[in-house]
Amino acid sequence: MGSLIKTWEIPGGVHPPENKAQSLQLPLGKMPLPPTLFLPLNQHIGTPAKPVVEVGDRVLGGQLIADAEGVFSARVHAPTSGKVSDIKDSLVPHPSGMSAPCIIIEPDGADEWVELHPLEDYLSADKSELLSRIRAAGIAGLGGAGFPTSVKLNPRADHSIDTLILNGTECEPYITADDVLMQTRADEVIAGSLLLAKLLDYPEHILVGVEDNKPEAIAALQKAAAGTEVQVVPFPTKYPSGGEKQLIQILTGREVPSGQIPATIGVVCQNVGTAASVYRAVRFGEPLVSRITTVVGEALQTQRNVEVLLGTPIDYLLEQHGFDAQRASRLVMGGPMMGFSLPDASVPVIKTTNCILAPSKVELPPPAPAQACIRCGLCAEACPASLLPQQLFWYAQAEDYEKLESHNLFDCIECGACSYVCPSNIPLVQYYRAAKGTIRHQQQEKEKSDRARRRFEFRQERIAKEEAEKEAKRAARKQAAEEAKRKLAEQKSAPVAEQAPAADSELRPVSTAQAQATGGQPSRAVQQAKLERNLVAAQSSLTKAREPLTANEPGGTVSQEQLDKQQARIKQAELKVREAEKKLQQFQASSDTPTTTQEQDPVAAAIARARAKVNQSPEEKLRSSLESLYKRLSKAEEKAAEARAEGSDKADALQQGVDKLKEKIATSQKELDELAPSTVAQPSSASRSDADHASLAIEKAKAKAAAMATMSAEDKLRNQIESLKARLEKAQERLAKAEAEGDENVEAFRTGVSKLEDKLQQLNNR
Amino acid sequence: MLELIAQHPVVSSLIALIGLALIFGAVLGYAAVRFKLEGDPIVQQIDDLLPQTQCGQCGYPGCRPYAQAIANGDAINKCPPGGQPTINALADLLDVEAPSLDAEHGEESEVKKVAYIREDECIGCTKCIQACPVDAIIGAAKQMHTVVIDECTGCDLCVEPCPVDCIDMVPLEPTIKEWKWQKPVPAEQAVQLIATDRDSGDTGRAA
Repeated sequence: MGSLIKTWEIPGGVHPPENKAQSLQLPLGKMPLPPTLFLPLNQHIGTPAKPVVEVGDRVLGGQLIADAEGVFSARVHAPTSGKVSDIKDSLVPHPSGMSAPCIIIEPDGADEWVELHPLEDYLSADKSELLSRIRAAGIAGLGGAGFPTSVKLNPRADHSIDTLILNGTECEPYITADDVLMQTRADEVIAGSLLLAKLLDYPEHILVGVEDNKPEAIAALQKAAAGTEVQVVPFPTKYPSGGEKQLIQILTGREVPSGQIPATIGVVCQNVGTAASVYRAVRFGEPLVSRITTVVGEALQTQRNVEVLLGTPIDYLLEQHGFDAQRASRLVMGGPMMGFSLPDASVPVIKTTNCILAPSKVELPPPAPAQACIRCGLCAEACPASLLPQQLFWYAQAEDYEKLESHNLFDCIECGACSYVCPSNIPLVQYYRAAKGTIRHQQQEKEKSDRARRRFEFRQERIAKEEAEKEAKRAARKQAAEEAKRKLAEQKSAPVAEQAPAADSELRPVSTAQAQATGGQPSRAVQQAKLERNLVAAQSSLTKAREPLTANEPGGTVSQEQLDKQQARIKQAELKVREAEKKLQQFQASSDTPTTTQEQDPVAAAIARARAKVNQSPEEKLRSSLESLYKRLSKAEEKAAEARAEGSDKADALQQGVDKLKEKIATSQKELDELAPSTVAQPSSASRSDADHASLAIEKAKAKAAAMATMSAEDKLRNQIESLKARLEKAQERLAKAEAEGDENVEAFRTGVSKLEDKLQQLNNR
Repeated sequence: MLELIAQHPVVSSLIALIGLALIFGAVLGYAAVRFKLEGDPIVQQIDDLLPQTQCGQCGYPGCRPYAQAIANGDAINKCPPGGQPTINALADLLDVEAPSLDAEHGEESEVKKVAYIREDECIGCTKCIQACPVDAIIGAAKQMHTVVIDECTGCDLCVEPCPVDCIDMVPLEPTIKEWKWQKPVPAEQAVQLIATDRDSGDTGRAA
């Protein structure tokens, strides 16, 4: 039925020797348990996962060891039971040959697994449930890019998906991992496809694209797909039909627009291996901990496909297949067209490792030296993306990045078809990769410099603002000072005898007023002495202000600015002296005249006010401080109890604090008691009963603390629980009452009750 | 009218010219007011090309003032952090010959550096915080300071004010994320007449 589907052709493409037979001679093999597993935290595209195990932990097979960090991330699970021996930077399979964080597990050989949660009726399960299972299994695209699968299955609302494509093309020479998977697990692939289709709301077409050089896989798939909506579509073999955009074009005739994802044209593409592991993850709850990898090349004695645990070191894998390092020209991860040379064989197999190629020197000789481009145009004919590789090559050589971008460098899929056909052996793809890298780097730099600019400008702005604020404050202060001066001058012009003392008592803080009040009215002699002192001080400051100026003048080094300042200071000092003199004179003049009643009135009033305050404030103050002390005491007691219950070494210190608080309370209480009867002005019964209450509470608290001190931690806990229970009951009663009365504070009561319940729960748990 | 022109050709032509001058002057004057541009667009373009390290090595307090100076005719080769690529880009923009970097203002460094505070030696004086042009140092008085590497532009303005010399400029280690493929050696430069000339340590390429 699959052959009924029309297929399209892609431009370009090449036909390299397929070399697929070598690895298909033997059936799918199993690997013994390797001595160590290296699990990189970043086996996918996106943010690295975050470890959730510690060094030394024992982990079971299938146990989560690193959790996804954000949406574009995938979980990592332990492939077998064992001990986490280290979490550190280790070599990872990457063309750079650099290290990245890995979790290293030493398997114990028992292969014990965590309990898996199968889901039999998965087709009627909720979509979000299925997606969360896929996400929990840490599935990332097994085709090569490693895109987190759950993200792809959650297309944006404005993308309506009408076609689901399963990619079983496997167009690269040598690789047969998907071929073997489709032959041996066709039913899982089909079941997975249906599951993916469900997640995408059953798109119109569910197509499995397979190149016609895999007849056995096609037959197996067609058998498994019989009676379902899945259509198996064989199409002529050509490299690189397996590229996502190329396969979409072959199966639907639609082209993915430049810089867009397939979902924009209503297509979602998944690898067949991904579909199979999605099925296993949903149906059996199995996380992604192993994959099928092709181990091939003439430098090996055995060439076959193996099911290998993720994290297996590649040198161990090669060892198991009789690797002869002398014969090998190099080690390649992936295929000969798009793979990369491994700088070190100790790197592990990861989720995207579909092939380990160990070719002999005859099989894959080192590249011939590049020669000059002869502008033959073969590369343009071979390009599956209809680019102009030759032109791109020139621009890449000239590092003309603008031109490269305008020639759509980023549509290049780096398939290597152009390099393959180049008669001058120019490593074209390497130029493109380097240019892409540089352009990306430049974009990042640009972004960074833009950010730096913004921060710099913001800082400038902030500094300017701060400066302006300071200036404004300075101006405000100056104005206030002038205002005060003006006022003072006005007051001076008013009758002096009346003003001077009144102004004094007004301007001074209450404390001085109180002092005056208690000390009675200061005698005239005292006031005169004070004014005289003021005068002397002003005079001395005047001489001081004059001094440095005269000292500096002969040196001639004083700047104009300094001079100005000095003079201003001198003038101010002079002014002060004059003022002081004037005041003194006025005072003396006024002391000659008999004191009037007018003068005494404001003074007496001020004294009365101050007295009232003296009488009032201590009691109030004491009471409020007592209250706050109670609060602190109860808190401190709680803390102390907690600390003791936990056996913390802070307990003693806390207990001391409690004792001290109690002492304080006792003294303040005493003071309050003494004060209370003396306050005749406000002998309110309320305050008295308050005080009584307070003393009662103190007694209670004291008794409690004493009891506590003698009790063991357990007893205390019990006590606490009991008291809490009592409090809870009371609170509940209150709540009920409040509810019955429709009190507006019901909410507050309710939260109080729930808090108490929580606390009780906590204590009970201890 | 025609008679007047015929009789006084000089005067009438003068009147016509003055009339035209007045009309165009009015139009231009209106346009100057109506379409007035805030700031100089070329300064913005130059500023976009500068590396925004705000290091002041050019002698101006930041990249924008230098952009302003370039727009006013200053030399374009005073920016060591930008190096030759920036000079080339500026030359391209301003359509002048690209000079080489003026060594007087410093040398172009090969690797990107960021400031690093040896934290146990920091006394918490906040001098570096005040010096940092991009607010990339955090800390408070008498508290240890540290550099936010992602925001540091590597201008090294914080190194000098530190009273205990606890700030180093350390080269940024390349990470796996920043790694990029190297450009192959062009065929013309790697002339090898016979294949066996090739060095044996060739790591090769996959394709």
